[in-house]
Amino acid sequence: MTDVAIHCEGLAKQYRIGERERYRALRDVITDAVTAPFRRVRSARRDSSNGNGSNEETRFWALKDVSFEIKRGEVVGIIGRNGAGKSTLLKILSRITEPTRGSADIWGRVGSLLEVGTGFHPELTGRDNIFLNGAILGMKRAETARKFDEIVSFAEVEKFIDTPVKRYSSGMYVRLAFAVAAHMETEILLVDEVLAVGDAEFQKKCVGKMGEVAKHGRTVLFVSHSIPSIQRLCQRGVLLSCGDIEYDGPVNGAIEAYMTTKVSSEYVASGSPHEPRINFATVQWSKDTGIVLELRFTSPFELIPPVVGIVLLDASGVPVYGTNTRFEVPAVMPASMQSGTVRVLIPTDALRPDTYRISLWLADQFQDHCQIENAVQVDVGLGANEALRPPRSTIGSVRLATRWIFLPDLQDAETSALCEGSGANKA
Amino acid sequence: MTFTEATPSREVSTPSVERSELPHIRIQPSKGWISLGLKNLWQYRELLFFLTWRDIKVRYKQTALGAAWAVIQPLFTMLLFTVFFGRLAKVPSDGIPYPLFSYTALLPWQLFAYALTESSNSVVANERLITKVYFPRLVVPLASILAGLVDFVIAFTLVIGMMVWYGVRPTWAVLTLPFFVIFTMVTALGVGLWLSALNVQYRDVRYTLTFIVQFWLIASPVAYSSTLVPARWRPLYGLNPMAGVIEGFRWALLGKAQAPGTMLWVSVAVVAVVLVGGLYYYRRMEKTFADVV
Repeated sequence: MTDVAIHCEGLAKQYRIGERERYRALRDVITDAVTAPFRRVRSARRDSSNGNGSNEETRFWALKDVSFEIKRGEVVGIIGRNGAGKSTLLKILSRITEPTRGSADIWGRVGSLLEVGTGFHPELTGRDNIFLNGAILGMKRAETARKFDEIVSFAEVEKFIDTPVKRYSSGMYVRLAFAVAAHMETEILLVDEVLAVGDAEFQKKCVGKMGEVAKHGRTVLFVSHSIPSIQRLCQRGVLLSCGDIEYDGPVNGAIEAYMTTKVSSEYVASGSPHEPRINFATVQWSKDTGIVLELRFTSPFELIPPVVGIVLLDASGVPVYGTNTRFEVPAVMPASMQSGTVRVLIPTDALRPDTYRISLWLADQFQDHCQIENAVQVDVGLGANEALRPPRSTIGSVRLATRWIFLPDLQDAETSALCEGSGANKA
Repeated sequence: MTFTEATPSREVSTPSVERSELPHIRIQPSKGWISLGLKNLWQYRELLFFLTWRDIKVRYKQTALGAAWAVIQPLFTMLLFTVFFGRLAKVPSDGIPYPLFSYTALLPWQLFAYALTESSNSVVANERLITKVYFPRLVVPLASILAGLVDFVIAFTLVIGMMVWYGVRPTWAVLTLPFFVIFTMVTALGVGLWLSALNVQYRDVRYTLTFIVQFWLIASPVAYSSTLVPARWRPLYGLNPMAGVIEGFRWALLGKAQAPGTMLWVSVAVVAVVLVGGLYYYRRMEKTFADVV
């Protein structure tokens, strides 16, 4: 038992859904406080009778009942779709938020990397930010000082180390931020999707660094959507689905299970909306209408203008087609919106019958807000004679309006002459 | 992250080390009254230092007048008070030249107002930190209060000049001055803890804050002396802790006015209650910070 680093027992986390919780007026609270004693009695009675709280429907379990054990030195990848509970799990293990139920025991210092550049201040220089960020990540000042040169050279910002980071390019900024975090020396490292920063070359460097970390016998818990990096770094994979562990075992098994997860034709976002997001989507197909996708988005502020995008992927995950309302501006385009429903009509004459998945994307003029990979899935009509056709892996997903023209046969003599001629040349 | 000081970092990462040598944390839902976690806070003192240092360093970045702002604000308030309250309304100032009388009070007042405002907004302002990294949450309001000390020190230099100008000699009472400075910050911390935790849930706090500060200024003996309050009501006046602080500050620095007796003790008691309550309330609420803020 001495080699256990993390032990979780029935971890569960409940969130409340809805705006009401966040911006309650004080008036509500005062009424609540006055009626509280009575309500407590009432709800206790109700709890004992049917086991459910009064507003169960406004609550939601981000994590339901998660138990696992991680040995020291293990590198574990956590995969799952958006809202599966991956980030919630990391937040609990890094003590940012408390579980609603269950417990976890951790042996060793924990370094968590849920975001790069947390606490970076734009007005401060690169040098100052390294120390500040180090302290935020729990490093001792002496430790940061010792690692300083290594951090700077890893981030490739030597020349600009005394420039305020607000003057940095975004690439330099994330490189520096990652470099600080990558030099933490804790026994346990919790990493959430941070490798998706910088250009391709730096990403490679980051994955390399993580691999190095893993080799040093440190325990790493690694959340990512990047299947290749999970595959490369981890031996063990945990697949989370709707707050439960669906698979726990060798990493390849987890990835396989992830790729074959069923996606429904309806997507409901989970968690509390702190930022703009697509919270609902549904899709249907019929022969006459083609694909009809409806999605609803909400945002805490005005999106100027709302930009919605889709990518259609075939059954093997290859993108077939993608577009957004910036490429193809709709006839009526609202200048700004805080929430709304968008209907997307995609004619499917050009698609071969298959099961397609659709990824969704929401942005405004300034930045991307939300991206949901494989949000919904739709069957585009399997006709009676489709089964006879070659598989899509051979002939692709798109059916272009191809015209075949058989040209009238030329005179036999001419043809044969030509053939002979060419044959003769060869010979 | 650091949970225990004694743990060396590299060596421990080899699997041969006994589990007992590693720091152990247990994560589970907390219920009821939880401990204040002061030991944990002490372990994070470096973070407290860095956050304070950040606030100080950033405070006057990209301003033309820079740290002069720390003097300009109390100086102009003092001039205004001197003209309207000192000259025109002829508010008695316990035999102290009115400019010195009001400036001495403005020093702790500005420190208090700054610390209260900053600490009340601190948790919301550091939302990114709180939702992404673990550290004892008490660090956040503490750092914002400590950062106010720099302004105080800068503004304090002017009062020395004024004392020389008016020929006011400090007495032995000046030795109690650090106590009153700390008391000012503790008062701000006590109230700030309540407001910062409330601010997470109810953004109403942000809007009431300016009002609270204005209201409190009028209710405190900054432009006037607490001797305006009849002697038998003065202990009651001490329920406003800033009354005790300001009168104490004047007494410590100028030595002329009477030492605040009962009034000060009432203030100390009030602050003790507010602070302890605030600490526990903050600790109770902090587990929801990351989810709600």
